[in-house]
Amino acid sequence: MALASSDNAVRSSNVARFFIYLVLILFALFYLLPFGIMLVNSLKPLEEITGGNMIALPREWTIAPWLSAWSTAQIGVQPTGLRPYFINSIAMAVPAVAISTIAGALNGYVLTKWHFKGATWIFGLLLFSCFIPFQIVLIPMARILGLLNISGTTYGLILVHVVYGIGFSTLYFRNYYAAFPTELVRAAMIDGAGFFQIFWRIMLPSSGPIIAVCCIWQFTNIWNDFLFGASFASGGSAPMTVALNNLVNSSTGVREYNVHFAGAIMAAAPTLLVYIVAGRYFVRGLMAGSVKG
Amino acid sequence: MAATDPMLSDGVDFRTRLQNWLPKIVLAPSFAIMVIFVYGFIAFTVFLSFTDSRMLPSFNLVGLQNYDRLFRIREWDTAVTNLAIFASLYIVICTLIGLMLAILLDQKIRGEGLLRPIFLYPMALSFIVTGTAWKWFLDPAIGLENTMHLWGWESFEFDWIKDSEMAIYTIVIAAVWQSSGFVMAMFLAGLRGIDNEILKAAQMDGASNFQLYRRIILPQLRPAFLSAFVILSHLAIKSYDLVIALTGGGPGNATALPATFMYSYTFTRNQMGIGASSAVIMLMTIAAIMVPYLYAELRERK
Repeated sequence: MALASSDNAVRSSNVARFFIYLVLILFALFYLLPFGIMLVNSLKPLEEITGGNMIALPREWTIAPWLSAWSTAQIGVQPTGLRPYFINSIAMAVPAVAISTIAGALNGYVLTKWHFKGATWIFGLLLFSCFIPFQIVLIPMARILGLLNISGTTYGLILVHVVYGIGFSTLYFRNYYAAFPTELVRAAMIDGAGFFQIFWRIMLPSSGPIIAVCCIWQFTNIWNDFLFGASFASGGSAPMTVALNNLVNSSTGVREYNVHFAGAIMAAAPTLLVYIVAGRYFVRGLMAGSVKG
Repeated sequence: MAATDPMLSDGVDFRTRLQNWLPKIVLAPSFAIMVIFVYGFIAFTVFLSFTDSRMLPSFNLVGLQNYDRLFRIREWDTAVTNLAIFASLYIVICTLIGLMLAILLDQKIRGEGLLRPIFLYPMALSFIVTGTAWKWFLDPAIGLENTMHLWGWESFEFDWIKDSEMAIYTIVIAAVWQSSGFVMAMFLAGLRGIDNEILKAAQMDGASNFQLYRRIILPQLRPAFLSAFVILSHLAIKSYDLVIALTGGGPGNATALPATFMYSYTFTRNQMGIGASSAVIMLMTIAAIMVPYLYAELRERK
C-alpha cells in the first residue's frame, strides 16, 4: 500500500496545525494507554495495584508476576503457568501457517495462470468462505474431529486452522499472481517447462512479499483465535488465548492482576513482535483482505 | 470442478495429458476441503436447525419449530438488540475516528511514521488481550474511576461495566479501540490514491479546504467507505472473543450477542437445534451483506 507520504495539495494554517497535532497525540495516548498501563502494572507487587494508582510507576519493581505467569500460575486446575500453552500455540500455528500458505500459493497459481471453466466460481466460493461466521461450522466440526479421533488435540486445531485459512491465503496469492505477467508463463510453456517447473522457477522467486504478507496474516489470525481453541481443545492442549482467558477469569483465590497482565502481554508478544518487525507487510495483508475482492 | 479441457486431444502422450490435468489435480484438495468443511458443514448445520437435536445431533425433523422457539426466547431478543446497538455504534464510531485520523495524518504531519503504527497496533492483538486490558481499566474498584478518586475527583463515576444497561457500551469502547486504526489505514490508502492535480486545480479555482473535502475528496473515498462498512459489519456479527474476555456476556446476560448465545445454547445448555438455528440466522445476515459485495467485486475485475 502506498502509505508513504505524498505531495498533498491541501494546506492549513499554523493554528489549525497545532490542533491537528494535539488531536493526533491525544489519540496516540488513547491507543497506547491501556497496553502501556498493563505493562507498567505487570511489574508491580499486587498491593500496589489494589491499593494504589494505576498510572503511577511501581515503587518497587518486580518481575515476580512474570515468572509466576510463565511457570507457576494456576491455569484451570494445574499450577503450570502459561508456558505449556504458549508451546501449544506455537505447535499449532507454525504447521497451520506453513500448510495454508503453500496451498494458497498453488491455488492462486492455478486460478490465475491455468484458466479453466468455473475458476471464477470456485474462487467466489472460496472467497465467501473467508467471511462465514464460524458458528455455522462448529457443530459438524466437533463431530468430524471426534470421528477422526483428534478432538481435543493440537492436530485437530491444525486441521481446523488450515481448512479455514485456505480461503484467505488463496485470496492473497490469487490477487498477487493476477498482476504477474502471463507472457512470462506462456514463454516458459513454449520452452517446454511443466506446471511445477513454472511455479518453482518463475512464480516463486518473485513471490517474496506476498509470502511474507500471507504468513504474517495467517499467523496473526491463528495465534489470536479463541473460538476454535475454546471449542475444540481440552485442558492441556488449549492454545494461549484460551489459557489466558482461564487465568484471568478463574474465580478461585485472590485476583492477581499483575500476573494476569504479565500473561496478557505474553499472549500478545508474538503477534506484536511480528507487527513491529514487519508492520509494512501487516498493513498490506489487512488491505488485501479487505479492499480487494 | 466441472470442466472439459479443450487442449486434451486423443493424440497426446501421457506426459502432456498429465500436464494438462495437473492444475486441476493441484486445486482438487483445496476444492474438496472447501466443499466438505465449508459448504457441507453449512448444509449439515442448516439441516440440524430443522431437527430436535439436543445434546447430540438427531435426525428427527421438526420443521420450523426451532426458529419459532428461538424468536420467543428472551435471551435471543437481548442478543439481537445488543448486536444492533453494538454494530451500529461500532461501525459509525470506527468510521468517524478512522476518517478523521486519516485526514489529519494526510496533512503532511511530522512523525507520521511513528503515529501510524501506534494507531494500528491494537489490530495485531487478540481480543482476549484487549478484553483483559479494558476489563481492568473499566473496573470501578481499581481502574479509571479509582484513579480519578485518588486524584481528588471524588464524584467521578464510571461503572458501566457493572451496569446491565450500560455494559454493552463498554464492548463498543474496547472494540473501537481495537479496530479504528484499521479503518484509518483504509482511508489513508484511499486518500493517497487521489490525484493531486484535481485538488490543485480546485484550489486555484478558489475552493476552500472544507469544500475540497466535501465536494472532491470524500466522494472519491466511496470504495473505502463501502469496504469499511462491509468489513466492520462482518466483524461485529462475528464478535465473540471480546465479549467473553470483557464481560463474559454479563452482568447477567446483559451483553450477550448472537455469537455467545449460539455457543451457550449449543454446548452448555444442550439445545443444539436452537443453537444451529441461531447460527443459520447469523450466516444469513452476513451473507446478505457479503454476497452482493463480493459479487460486485468479482464482476468488476473481469
